[in-house]
Amino acid sequence: MTTMTIAKAINEGLRATLDNNPRALLMGEDIGALGGVYRVTDGLLAEFGADRVVDTPLAESGIIGTAIGLALRGYLPVCEIQFDGFVFPGFNQITTQLAKMHARSNGSLTVPVVVRIPYGGGIGSIEHHSESPEALFAHTAGLRIITPSNAHDAYWMTRQAVECQDPVIVFEPKRRYWLKGEVDSDSPGASADPFKAHVLREGTDATVVAYGPLVPVALAAADAAAEDGHSIEVIDLRSISPIDFDTVTASAKKTGRLVVAHEAPTFGGIGGEIAARISERVFHSLEAPVIRVGGFHMPYPVAKVEEDYLPDIDRILEALERSLAY
Amino acid sequence: MGATHLPSTEFDQTAADDQLEAEAEAQLGSPAEPMVQLLAPDGTLGTDPVFSAYADRLDGEKLRGFYADMAKIRRFDVEATALQRQGQLALWVPLTGQEAAQIGSGRASQPQDYIFPTYREHGVALTRNVDLAELLRQFRGVSNGGWNPKDTNFHLYTLVLAAQTPHAVGYAMGIQRDQKLAAAAVAADAAADRPVEPKAAVMVYFGDGASSEGDVHESMVFAASYNAPVVFFCQNNHWAISVPSSVQTRIPLSNRAKGYGFPGIRVDGNDAIAVHAVTEWALEHAREGKGPVLIEAFTYRVGAHTTADDPTKYRESAEETLWRAKDPLDRLEKYLRAQKLADDAFFDQVKADGDELAAYVRKTTYDLETPDIRTAFANTYVEAHPLVAEELAWFEEYSAGFAETPEHSAEPSSPDPDDAATGVAR
Repeated sequence: MTTMTIAKAINEGLRATLDNNPRALLMGEDIGALGGVYRVTDGLLAEFGADRVVDTPLAESGIIGTAIGLALRGYLPVCEIQFDGFVFPGFNQITTQLAKMHARSNGSLTVPVVVRIPYGGGIGSIEHHSESPEALFAHTAGLRIITPSNAHDAYWMTRQAVECQDPVIVFEPKRRYWLKGEVDSDSPGASADPFKAHVLREGTDATVVAYGPLVPVALAAADAAAEDGHSIEVIDLRSISPIDFDTVTASAKKTGRLVVAHEAPTFGGIGGEIAARISERVFHSLEAPVIRVGGFHMPYPVAKVEEDYLPDIDRILEALERSLAY
Repeated sequence: MGATHLPSTEFDQTAADDQLEAEAEAQLGSPAEPMVQLLAPDGTLGTDPVFSAYADRLDGEKLRGFYADMAKIRRFDVEATALQRQGQLALWVPLTGQEAAQIGSGRASQPQDYIFPTYREHGVALTRNVDLAELLRQFRGVSNGGWNPKDTNFHLYTLVLAAQTPHAVGYAMGIQRDQKLAAAAVAADAAADRPVEPKAAVMVYFGDGASSEGDVHESMVFAASYNAPVVFFCQNNHWAISVPSSVQTRIPLSNRAKGYGFPGIRVDGNDAIAVHAVTEWALEHAREGKGPVLIEAFTYRVGAHTTADDPTKYRESAEETLWRAKDPLDRLEKYLRAQKLADDAFFDQVKADGDELAAYVRKTTYDLETPDIRTAFANTYVEAHPLVAEELAWFEEYSAGFAETPEHSAEPSSPDPDDAATGVAR
């Protein structure tokens, strides 16, 4: 067990990946000498050389597109998109090519490309640097999407994403890059399956589902609710596609009340998908409608007002209050 | 020539076009790239200081092979168009007029090279030994692919314009790394007796329309940055559906290579000998580690963009007539006959072979089996996926409900309704 930040854990996960597989390589803007704008790839160029830690031209479609070609040749490319809001020039390659290659080749081709995207707000940044576009990708069949909330998961999800034969997008909670936690690099333990949700805190009165940057917020909300005598179960979803509906269903059936929280806008989001599925599965067990907590239907607002936009402890508590009132 | 209401194109040699070209040249400070041509439309063979040496490698057998391939793929094109008209194909993308560009370039590739086509490269597919009947699977709506690219190193057709160009560059970057890994393995174990892998390159096709896509630009930037062994083969067939190439570019497309820092060559795309020579040079250049090349094959889409298109809406038939006079098959036939490299018996045999292929393709098309949607469930992901499994299970149950049953039986009651719910969207 070693204590490290999420950023360092990803760095170590990438290092282990490059060490273990000579056909793995990293691609992205400024990931070489600089080590990435968040220093996630710090030191890897010096260790593995420019053929395996590739500073690319500044072109996201080119990054994803060439990664697909490398994968077709038998390589395992891990692409870094510098910020969430800059993935869109590569959106075409991800959705029309990467996601569909296996299906359209009738299973004869695989493209095990990993796309790492730092996402989410709360860092006081300028436009296009604080977005949560995961639902846009989750709607595309052929992709898998995971998001760590702690250092141990960050380490193992990085490695597991590369080992997966399907294309995987790893949304990294950028405002939690410096959150420290214990990492067991010898064994993933309970994190062996990156597509399974974790019940982080058991409760009986209501369930809060969150992922990525909002997991610590959900846990803090549960602590606060406990002071008022409410026993809240907290689930870290971990995987956005596929979603581990079995774990969420079991919890909703038990508590009868479900709140889903994410930074992404509520409309058309992951919370809506969870609400619909859970309503279909255990309608008779629910004591209240599934309540969503998320961003508003607006472009991500300017940094000075992002606190009013981002779901926080009070927003989750307010949702719980509404749920418990039924 | 040309009606005034129609947009002028680069090749119709109007005064306006000449002026455009002159302006472009003035801006460039140098003349436009000359066009490499070896076999003139009248069937006479010219010379070129660089590429005649490559043309000299071609003997009578190879040239007859070029002709036979071009005739075969043209006959195939006619048959596929007929199949579409008869409702057997949803759509067809004809290549007539571009046979020399495709056969000449495809025949210049070697088995270890990897080819990324767009969706009109039926002639290239022929040169890569793809079963032509397999090509029709996509257009009959029974597959989005149809062949395994690993068998022929001929990738699937890509319909999102230019999306395959960065794939080609990435593949070429993979070839570079393979060579380094192989060299390292040899260095680590000099005693081992290893077969020497032939050097490989990648060739990627796109058109004058797709040349405007950002992916072409990004691909050329990446290819130049990493000196990737890739040949960009642009068939300038002059029309992107209804928009002439003059809207895509004001200079010869081959000139764009200069901006990226690698060679660009404009070749007469209706001259199979020149196309073959230029492509062979370019692929050797790439395989030898000298970096990418852009080839612009100057040709013409004699027919429609697809069977859903109507060229009479946007261009003059006189223009088509002009280009039919530059027909790639006619000029090679003239040359073969003049040089006594082929006789009537040869051309009769080619025609008979074409009819045989057409009959085979027609029969095979009728026989193409409609796939089961379960294969789509199976191929969406490589690894097991709970949502796919759940939806497939629902689909099986739903489908079973249409089976003939003697009587409707009452559903068993469950003590807890939520235990019985599968929760799958119906």
